[in-house]
Amino acid sequence: MSNSLAASANAQRWQSVAALLGMLLIWQAAAWVVASRLLPSPFEVTTVLLQEALQGELAFHLGVSLTRVIVSLSVAIVVGSALGYAAGRSRDADLWLKPWIVLLLNVPALVTVILIYVWLGLVETALVFAVALNKIPNVVVTIREGASRLDKDLTEMAEVYRFSGTRSLRYIVLPQLAPFFLVTLRNGLALTWKIVLLAELLGRSNGIGFQLQIYFQNFDVSHILAYAISFGVVMLAIEYGLLGPLERRLGVWRR
Amino acid sequence: MLTIRIEMKTFAIPGQRQGRTVFRDFALDVPHGQVCVIAGPSGVGKSTLLSIVAGTDREFRGVVDGRALPVGMMFQTPRLLPWLTVLRNVELVSPGREQEASRWVAAVGLEDHANEYPQRLSGGMARRVALARALAVEPALLLLDEPFASLDEATANTMSLLLREVFNTRPPIALIVTHNLAQVSSLADRFVVLEGSPAVIVRDVGIARGGGPASRRGPASLQAGGAE
Repeated sequence: MSNSLAASANAQRWQSVAALLGMLLIWQAAAWVVASRLLPSPFEVTTVLLQEALQGELAFHLGVSLTRVIVSLSVAIVVGSALGYAAGRSRDADLWLKPWIVLLLNVPALVTVILIYVWLGLVETALVFAVALNKIPNVVVTIREGASRLDKDLTEMAEVYRFSGTRSLRYIVLPQLAPFFLVTLRNGLALTWKIVLLAELLGRSNGIGFQLQIYFQNFDVSHILAYAISFGVVMLAIEYGLLGPLERRLGVWRR
Repeated sequence: MLTIRIEMKTFAIPGQRQGRTVFRDFALDVPHGQVCVIAGPSGVGKSTLLSIVAGTDREFRGVVDGRALPVGMMFQTPRLLPWLTVLRNVELVSPGREQEASRWVAAVGLEDHANEYPQRLSGGMARRVALARALAVEPALLLLDEPFASLDEATANTMSLLLREVFNTRPPIALIVTHNLAQVSSLADRFVVLEGSPAVIVRDVGIARGGGPASRRGPASLQAGGAE
């Protein structure tokens, strides 16, 4: 049983690797056919990537952007979870929040970012606020779903055994919301880093988004790809190094 | 003394203005140390009565006085936390008394499964964990909803012996709801039979524990209208 599970996990890993190699091959072939500096080969991009990494530029801008992603996402998750939990547990809260959520879900990220920059100025707080504002409605929707499905039987059990508020939160509520938090984190990372880059491009003087803007002005596709890929790699590392193991740990009792 | 006075308890029926009245002017007193078995047909309100006593059902008019603490309860379903092991489930209700928790897990015969998650357990094993949890709080008020349902006979007997030991050594006020009077007859000090809608007590019989005939109104009355 465990052998066949391990075997299928191995097969999945091989498929992932094969898919990545296939993508690189197609890219290399396209670069070779087009033969233009507008479509550099994987090798050229890797060279630029290494150059930037060695000069320390890459690490600096990557660090700045990643910090912004983490801060904005944390703000969005804290605020969004509180609102989502309230909406999931109380019909009144849900009715009050619904129009806001629908509105915010449908405002394009670009509009939010521009407006917040106009109102708050081109400052760090404005970026965090704008990015969080884009993400909060998604968090609310996901956590609301989880909170509305909390098992009433377990809540009653905790009541009979006189669980304190923190005990209930830790042992009854959070374990039930854990899968919803994972979804929020995963979707959140994907959405947040895209908006952070946009916000950097529009109104900051550092970070990957800012670098992309400079290289865009020079049509320097090698640098654009190098920076974009480096960020993608970091996100993959977070997925496989952090979220995956976290998910497995949280799901131990299901096996 | 546990004093239960329910002026009115109704259940809403979807689409109807008037709900179903489960209890009206219902009264039951249970003295300290008494094991009171409550029997009656399905839907008569036995589990509702337990929920009211446990404090989880507050949508009724009336009072429950002298609710002794701590409360141990075995629900109709085990209601274990699936993300905690058997032992952790029991420990959780008696913080700071982890040794006791292990002892109760062993007492229900699950020491070999202490570190397993509830998903791995059979229905009967899960019910035994629920019983261990209810006893681990050293309850002053013990509420058992169909404690022996879905247990095989041997296990039911072992659990029954365990409960009898608890009742003899440190008697709590106990309310046991059951369909099967035979299984709990050796534990009870008193049988209360509910019938009708709203529910009324149609039989209230005291017996010497162990099934002996020391009745309040005579065991014959129990025979006449006891179990369903």
